[in-house]
Amino acid sequence: MNRRTLLKGSGALIVSFALTPSELFGQAVATLVGNPSKEVDGWLAIATDGRVTAFTGKCELGQGLYTAQTQLVAEELCVSIDRVTLIQCQTGTTPDQGVTSGAQSHPQNFNHSNLALAGATAREALLLMASKHLGAPLDQLSVRDGVVSHQIRKVTYGELIGGRKFNLSLSGTAKRRHPREWTVLGTSVKRLDMTEMATGRLEYVHNVRVPGMLHGRVVRPPTVGATLDAVDESSVSSMPGFVKVVVKHNFVGVVFEKQWQAVQAANQIKITWQPGPALPPQASFYDHMRKQPTRDTLLVDSKDVDARLASAAQVVRATYLHPYQMHGSVGASCAVADVKKDSATIWSPTQGVYPQRDSCAMLLGLPKESVKVNFTRGSGCYGINGADTVSYDAALMSQAVGRPVRVQLSRKDEMAHENIGLAFVVDQRVGLDRDGNIITWDYEAWSPVRGGRPGYGQPGNQVTGFLAGFEPAAFVPRSPAPSPAAPYANGQNVVPSYVTGSVNGVSGGTGTVRSERMLSRLVESPFWTGPLRSPNRLQNTFAHECLMDEIAARVKVDPVAYRLRHLRDPRLIAVLNAAAKAANWQSRPSPLAAPKPQAKAGTLNRIVSGRGVACVLYEGDNGYCAMIADVDVNVDTGVVSVTRLVMALDSGPISNPDGLRNQAEGGALHGMSRALMEEVTWDAEKVTSVDWRTYRTFPVGFTVPKLETVLMNTVDAEANGAGETSITVTAPAIANAIFDATGARVRQVPFTPERVLRGVQAV
Amino acid sequence: MPRFALRVNGRSHDVDLDVSTPLLYVLSDELNLNRPKFGCGLGQCGACTVIVNGQAIRSCMTPLKTVAGAEITTLEGLGTGERPHPIQRAFIEEQAAQCGFCLSGVILAGKALVDRTPKPTEEQIQQALSGVLCRCFGHTRMIAAIKRYAEGA
Repeated sequence: MNRRTLLKGSGALIVSFALTPSELFGQAVATLVGNPSKEVDGWLAIATDGRVTAFTGKCELGQGLYTAQTQLVAEELCVSIDRVTLIQCQTGTTPDQGVTSGAQSHPQNFNHSNLALAGATAREALLLMASKHLGAPLDQLSVRDGVVSHQIRKVTYGELIGGRKFNLSLSGTAKRRHPREWTVLGTSVKRLDMTEMATGRLEYVHNVRVPGMLHGRVVRPPTVGATLDAVDESSVSSMPGFVKVVVKHNFVGVVFEKQWQAVQAANQIKITWQPGPALPPQASFYDHMRKQPTRDTLLVDSKDVDARLASAAQVVRATYLHPYQMHGSVGASCAVADVKKDSATIWSPTQGVYPQRDSCAMLLGLPKESVKVNFTRGSGCYGINGADTVSYDAALMSQAVGRPVRVQLSRKDEMAHENIGLAFVVDQRVGLDRDGNIITWDYEAWSPVRGGRPGYGQPGNQVTGFLAGFEPAAFVPRSPAPSPAAPYANGQNVVPSYVTGSVNGVSGGTGTVRSERMLSRLVESPFWTGPLRSPNRLQNTFAHECLMDEIAARVKVDPVAYRLRHLRDPRLIAVLNAAAKAANWQSRPSPLAAPKPQAKAGTLNRIVSGRGVACVLYEGDNGYCAMIADVDVNVDTGVVSVTRLVMALDSGPISNPDGLRNQAEGGALHGMSRALMEEVTWDAEKVTSVDWRTYRTFPVGFTVPKLETVLMNTVDAEANGAGETSITVTAPAIANAIFDATGARVRQVPFTPERVLRGVQAV
Repeated sequence: MPRFALRVNGRSHDVDLDVSTPLLYVLSDELNLNRPKFGCGLGQCGACTVIVNGQAIRSCMTPLKTVAGAEITTLEGLGTGERPHPIQRAFIEEQAAQCGFCLSGVILAGKALVDRTPKPTEEQIQQALSGVLCRCFGHTRMIAAIKRYAEGA
């Protein structure tokens, strides 16, 4: 049983799984699934005019899901796309599908369940009704744009069911439209929201305006762990537009009539804070992690790894380091709340309206049924940005003043307190036989956690809930780790692609190496952490795919050929071959036996070029991707320029080819930014990455690589996620290309000029 | 507080506000314009971009008093859903956005450039977009859309 099978399973299974340490990674399985309706009427309704209204619990975050889901509904119901209106993520109206994250929207809604199954069940029911209505056998009916025909007689969906309920459960036997029959799904329908976005008509949460609305700003503690001593309300109470200073435990916010007044007051208010404990120094943080109490999990353990390492002809070992990184949404988060005495309405960019509803109700002391959360588009989030916490901010301030309040976080509010992506230290040892084949793989990694997604009942997992007096999920050390739990699951890509992934004799991995031990060790983080696009999968894949490259170089074998030698999953093999072919990969070992860099007369900007490869089966079961990177490295400055990224993806049947390309391209460049530039910094007391000067990314006006995407449309497979696949392999593909060009192995993200130069000079 | 006359998207408005108020808050909170967005409040990202007298500027850092009487254009002032401006059409054709939050900066910086320099070089496009961020990384499509507009303009 793989993770996807588990996700489809009973509530009991899901709950027991959610109690495993996977929860500490901030991606509890229960909140990825929710508790969606089992009834057709929970998913769609047909009006008398034949218009279809569909309801989904998976929302548009910029990934194109609104369009793809509308295509899905149109396809399953055999209606044109402009007949469908999709309502996304409103409590009380749409199904509870937990959070839109973890690349789970396609697995959940485009396979034989939920939205897709509702469409198929409804179509079959409508055809049955039409059969009776027309007095014609089912197999002689045809349907086109909501009109069912038998010879010259016709009846519309509107006539058959218009305005009435189906009163029908989702049918496991309903036959979905096969990708080979698709006419709407599977085509590059243009984003339905693109014109509204480009012309400025789209309403984001930042534009919600409620009559009587006030403006709030938060005043966060200036240092990590600081607690409130005293607030001098008189320092702002005489300012124009003053309404209230809201204090709850360590939470402080100011509410004013106008936004600019609130901004000025938040800057001027006099507050005394009691500082928290000193932060561990950044310079030695990776070593610091190794010395902390750990919560250990063994993913696989064949129990022969030490013996095999001892008898190996040679052992390749390396440590890979990955920093904390930020979501860094372009828009600082915003929300609007209207909290009354016994009810509340929140306009929120949250990824999960039901978890937000339940956790916000706890914060407000209201029954969850009296809180309504309306998803309203925000800035792209790439995981948990400030969307949930700012919704709590608005709710707390609105409750305190008894009027609707809009809260806009400042850039610093957003960055200094967000749930950042995890730092990683990965130690690996790989044993080889005399022929250079891998005979054993040993992995041990440390990563820090604190808080995460609030889920349905843990508002303290984010800064606002914590400041207001709620605790984050408890960190409970556990060492040694218990035996690996069946069924095998590789949701964090802890297990590299080249081993069998065996638990209790059942192999769920993609590789051939039978001797394997993968030990994950969580430690407590001084900072809030949470899932950031390809959470942990990216960091682990960086370590695995770079080490695989090191081994191939050690035994002087072409890195694509060496990977193929240890893979057994045909689809992973296929994307690797497809990327190599598209990139015109020339088989040879790395590094390139490069001619000495050509020095231009009078300059010291010598450029060498190289290519690198990486591949992954994302989450062990949720989308294949291989990438080949071409880089130029300036060996005098250490500056890396990525010149081309070629990727091949297989995520099952493709819903919207251009949408998938858009995601793959964005993921690759996002991955490049993270690989080359992004690192959260801090001093003894606070996060010092607080704006775009102190947290670097590259602008739109940047020399970006040529991007080439090969899409593999595997129509008989299940639909997988895709938005987090290309980003997962970008850093290792670039690192391996740097090695190919220079012979220098850069084992620490980001690959700054200083680090690259140090590596080049050491070769 | 003094009354201020503003011209935005071809319409005149009177506002009665603290003259230090950044233009962004006036446009979004007083005139209910959706497009200029708060990204950083520091002039570092471009989400709040508007065109003032032909120049793409950062409305989050522009006090109200400095734009009295100026001709201000926001993204919604260019074209409508039914009749998008050619640069908006170019972005729609290229499907050059994901979350769309950054588009004021990308489109208006591109438009100001092309209006000034009808056949911009690659370097000039990069220069014009050097202070604009898109964290969905739609870069390739956005540059293609600006080129498409320049070629058709």
